[in-house]
Amino acid sequence: MSVKKLKRETHPDYIFNRKYEPLIYLVPFAIGLLIFTIYPIINVVIMSFKEGYRLSGNYTGWGIGNYQFVLTNKDFLSAIKNTFIYVLTVVPISTVFSIIIANLLNQKVKGMAIFQTAYFLPMVTSSIAVGISWRYMFNKQFGVINWLLGLFGVAPIDWLGATAGQAPWNIVVIIIFGIWNLMPFTIILLLSGLQNIDPLYYTAAKVDGASSTKIFTRITVPLLAPTIFLTMIVNMISAFKVYNEVIPFWSGKAGVLSNNLYTMVYWIKETFYSKLRLGNAAAASIVLFLIILCFTLLQRWIQKHFNY
Amino acid sequence: MQVKIEHLTKRFGDFTAVEDFNMVFDDGKLVALLGPSGCGKSTILNMLSGILPSTSGKIYFDETDVTNVPPQDRGVGLVFQNYALYPHMSVLENIAFPLEIKKVPKEERNKKAEEMARLVHVDQYLHRKPKELSGGQQQRVAIARALIKQPRLLLLDEPLSNLDARLRLEMREEIRRIQLETGVTTVFVTHDQEEAMSISDKIVLMKNGVLQQEAGPQELYDNPANLFVANFLGNPPINNLNGYIKDGYFVLEDESGKIKINNPNVKEGQQVVMGIRAESVAIKDGDHDFEATVKQRYTMGKEELAFLNIGNQTIRVYLSSDYEFKEGETVFVKLRDKGVFLFDKETGVQI
Ligand SMILES: Nc1ncnc2c1ncn2[C@@H]1O[C@H](COP(=O)(O)OP(=O)(O)OP(=O)(O)O)[C@@H](O)[C@H]1O
Ligand SMILES: [Mg+2]
Repeated sequence: MSVKKLKRETHPDYIFNRKYEPLIYLVPFAIGLLIFTIYPIINVVIMSFKEGYRLSGNYTGWGIGNYQFVLTNKDFLSAIKNTFIYVLTVVPISTVFSIIIANLLNQKVKGMAIFQTAYFLPMVTSSIAVGISWRYMFNKQFGVINWLLGLFGVAPIDWLGATAGQAPWNIVVIIIFGIWNLMPFTIILLLSGLQNIDPLYYTAAKVDGASSTKIFTRITVPLLAPTIFLTMIVNMISAFKVYNEVIPFWSGKAGVLSNNLYTMVYWIKETFYSKLRLGNAAAASIVLFLIILCFTLLQRWIQKHFNY
Repeated sequence: MQVKIEHLTKRFGDFTAVEDFNMVFDDGKLVALLGPSGCGKSTILNMLSGILPSTSGKIYFDETDVTNVPPQDRGVGLVFQNYALYPHMSVLENIAFPLEIKKVPKEERNKKAEEMARLVHVDQYLHRKPKELSGGQQQRVAIARALIKQPRLLLLDEPLSNLDARLRLEMREEIRRIQLETGVTTVFVTHDQEEAMSISDKIVLMKNGVLQQEAGPQELYDNPANLFVANFLGNPPINNLNGYIKDGYFVLEDESGKIKINNPNVKEGQQVVMGIRAESVAIKDGDHDFEATVKQRYTMGKEELAFLNIGNQTIRVYLSSDYEFKEGETVFVKLRDKGVFLFDKETGVQI
């Protein structure tokens, strides 16, 4: 009797396993993704086209009414404006500061570990809790900031309040707070990027007599560019979703006046939870999503064309 | 420029990487710093460039003491083992960078960089990035970058070790050509004896941070100061036969043969090693020094390499392929005068 022995590679079980086994491993993750990410996204898209949608599930019809509403709503347009001001100041400024600080932290100096820890502290503290203590720092009469500025002869600034119906300093406070919040994470990423640069480049430049400024601008920064772009994309996405930074200063309100400091996420949250206008909130979310998408694509395009 | 090194020493903690190194590199010559891995070659080079401070000793460039002069003021050009070309700069920018640092106007430095690129034959790649070049081309760019500021001293740290064998041959001749054309005093670090032999005016052979011998390539090969030098140079490596001196004869340690010695410096009973270059052995009948058995034979193209047993020791010799010896056959071995050395077994010094 002769039994034909199949080689392992051609055995039907083996082929089946090799083809489908990986899929089986993916199932738990795929189910999670489906329930917690894809389903809500699709749901939001659908919701944004339902007019008069209520928590009960009733709606009056389909259409683009929600989009028309949010794009003409004064508060939402001001939220877009505030968010843009926030993103376009916080992201570049925190990036520049982070590059400089990461570069300093990367020097081989004794005691640097202490500084490194100090800079990463904001990451392990709750930003709301820290914000509350900032609220006291920015107090017009008793705050340490005005006291410090006073030493240089600067008159007290009404950071958190309003004068004659104007509150120009409110947004400055959350911008400073936002920069402070973003920096530790940015510094960590940049520091790891810096540590990946071969020190031989510095040696080579030094032998040729390059000054440390020259080395920084001509070697360090260009070689760090991919990491800088990465942190800018990540930071921009998180900055567009600014919300936590607004909460601590005015007891949950957005700004001292009647909500002069709306941000997009703040407006969406208020429309959804307080006003229960689900369709409007959904449309606003989609607008936010599209803005972030555009910026991300733009940055990717820039990165591609400036990479070495 | 002449480089003079006096009593140069470098310690890392308790470890002495370079010990009491004395040397003169003559103006316009190419010197190879040769030695096994970890013998202190890079350490010496880095002290010459100023990257690494010395523990003690002095370095003079011509008459000037540069021991405490920082790297940027020494006027040296440096080529690193992995070239360290700036990846974000084009070939032109890389070559021009030392001049950019010196704030030379853009037009002038680009003109100079193109000139350098022509010298090292990379002028057709000026606008490529380093990663778009082959290893040999990157190497050339690195040399051009080191040469553009007209250094008084060119230092190359194992510049060929990242290249494949064929390119290595080509590039070492290129380096020699460029060196001769520019006439720059050059120190070239390598652990490859063939590389050192083929292109240098002088070889400096190191071991464990200590200078073993400095001489021209041929002199080093023909007259090694000690057993280490003899063993380090030559391919195939020199043969070592252990034995002792008795009544003016070199006697093999297992007493299976002996040979008359005409060396007045040997002492009766001295334990010695006889170094015999593979090409210094002739197989012939009649007048001979040793009897040997053919152990193995390998063809190597034009000639044959054979392993011969002399007593219980083995030597490698070249046979011309006319001979038809079989493995296991007994042959008669005659040593030539040239390429046969006696070393004291204990100190390794040539007698
Ligand atoms: N920074 C350092 N600290 C401690 N020891 C060092 C340091 N740099 C080099 N050494 C030691 O000094 C010795 C000589 O090093 P060096 O780099 O000069 O060797 P080399 O001859 O260039 O070797 P290779 O051919 O492998 O490059 C080595 O044993 C090395 O371990
Ligand atoms: Mg080395």
